[in-house]
Amino acid sequence: MVPISTQGQGDRSERGAPALLEVANVEVIYSHVILVLKGVSLEVGKGAIVALLGANGAGKTTTLKAISNLLKSERGEVTRGSIKLEGRSTTDVTPHDLVRQGCIQVMEGRRCFQHLTIEENLLTGAFARSNIGKSVREDLDRIYQYFPRLKERRKSQAGYTSGGEQQMCALGRALMSNPRLVLLDEPSMGLAPQVVEEIFDIVGNLNRSTGVTFLVAEQNTNIALRYASHGYVLESGRVVLDGTSDQLLANDDVKEFYMGLSGETRKSFKDGKHYRRRKRWLA
Amino acid sequence: MPTPFFVLEVALSGLLAGLLYSLVALGFVLIYKASGVFNFAQGALVLLAALVFVRATEIFDAMGPATVGFWAALLATMAVMVLVAAAIERFLLRPLVNQPPITLFMATIGLTFLIEGISQMIWGSRVYTLDLGIPDEPWIIHGLYIGKIDLFAAAVAIAMVIALAVFFQFTRIGRALRAVSDDHQAALSIGIPLNFIWVVVWSLAGMAALFAGLVWGAKLGVQFSISVVALKALPVLILGGFTSIPGVIVGGILIGVSEKLAEVFVGPVVGGAIESWFAYVLALAVLLVRPQGLFGEKIIERV
Repeated sequence: MVPISTQGQGDRSERGAPALLEVANVEVIYSHVILVLKGVSLEVGKGAIVALLGANGAGKTTTLKAISNLLKSERGEVTRGSIKLEGRSTTDVTPHDLVRQGCIQVMEGRRCFQHLTIEENLLTGAFARSNIGKSVREDLDRIYQYFPRLKERRKSQAGYTSGGEQQMCALGRALMSNPRLVLLDEPSMGLAPQVVEEIFDIVGNLNRSTGVTFLVAEQNTNIALRYASHGYVLESGRVVLDGTSDQLLANDDVKEFYMGLSGETRKSFKDGKHYRRRKRWLA
Repeated sequence: MPTPFFVLEVALSGLLAGLLYSLVALGFVLIYKASGVFNFAQGALVLLAALVFVRATEIFDAMGPATVGFWAALLATMAVMVLVAAAIERFLLRPLVNQPPITLFMATIGLTFLIEGISQMIWGSRVYTLDLGIPDEPWIIHGLYIGKIDLFAAAVAIAMVIALAVFFQFTRIGRALRAVSDDHQAALSIGIPLNFIWVVVWSLAGMAALFAGLVWGAKLGVQFSISVVALKALPVLILGGFTSIPGVIVGGILIGVSEKLAEVFVGPVVGGAIESWFAYVLALAVLLVRPQGLFGEKIIERV
């Protein structure tokens, strides 16, 4: 297997410009007893799309919530490490202020406001902004350009729209806050492959045209790495691999465990599990 | 056989009484909508608002002319209710964030005793009279007796419901309130500050309590049993739906009218005193057929 360095986006740090988001050695404990993250470090450069990969329960969502400060309302706590947005610590910043600073999370499972119409959902995204009125209208029109389907459904209650439309609505709602960094949690969940493709396409376009940075937690390794420039692989609350998307896509472990492709000889599942366990200790 | 005129008179008195229930029920709906919590303390808030208003009137009356005194007292009481809301948010809701609704419900029961206890310490347990300056004599229209206070209460209830419906539907904060009631966590994640929202909601519930307290206080005198009228709001809520502001009006009217009609027409058959329990039976029947109430938000479930 090819060893991959852990200096992910080294070229950027060498130039001295701080990354947009720096997560260093973060440990998260829920309810004072459950250790979920055991020292996660990652870096997201300005204007990048970075993928956070891993299986169920690896700690992807917890990592994102630690960044957006949503852990406190779930009895979770960052007990060690630091999270910095543009060099400033976010430890005691409320989610409201964090959204105002440009960091917003799109939660897993979309979480649209079911009884509000699509348009009302989008407008709630602008709540934290200080400039209201005309510029909100303009942004709403901009969102409708990105998501023409939302415009068609703007008067329907979000609860009655399709899963893909709800994902677009959740994404559009977050964009209404004029973010610089969007933490996108599992956008593919429960969606048809075609719709997943559509959503990622929009994310890619947004990133290119507006320069919004994305940190995407995904189980669908294949599609996430196609759109992301870098990726981190989480396993049991630790980063076990990281690198550029090309490096990760070429990596045998990633191929085997996260994309279901094996090398020339097909290994048995039993061996694979054993191998994976050993790998984790080495990492 | 009762004349149609008599039926009309009974129905009308029921309608006005029902709108009085609506006024109390409104406070419950506001808090339930925004936090999914049944606020047991709403009755105590009604009592508190009435007591504060009585005291404020005394103070301002001593200082200037009566008409100025009324409005000054009203504003002062509103300010007190906002402060109470802020205190409840800071010391009760914030420490209990993300606890299950039943915990918050228990907390509001505790709050009830706290408010009643403190009120008793400050004001004692005597009955205060509250004078709104509305004479307690009925208008007689074509032989129909309509109490002026009842009419005033009905107008206040309807005006409040319209104002609140507009506020919820068309303003930025109203929209945020509805968002919070749909999904707390998601609201938090997009930067809606929940603490601020709760202060707003409890303040609005405090305003609803104030108007309910004024009207009930003027009718019955300001006394501790006022907090029990809150129980009358329960069937109204079940009928109208816990999440619907207009439902409160319709629920109130239906309860009020059916209760009075039942008393007059069914009462003699079963030996009277039907008014005190008929509303609850009606509520039970509604629960069986339509658990979300007549106007409550439908539980959206995609398959």
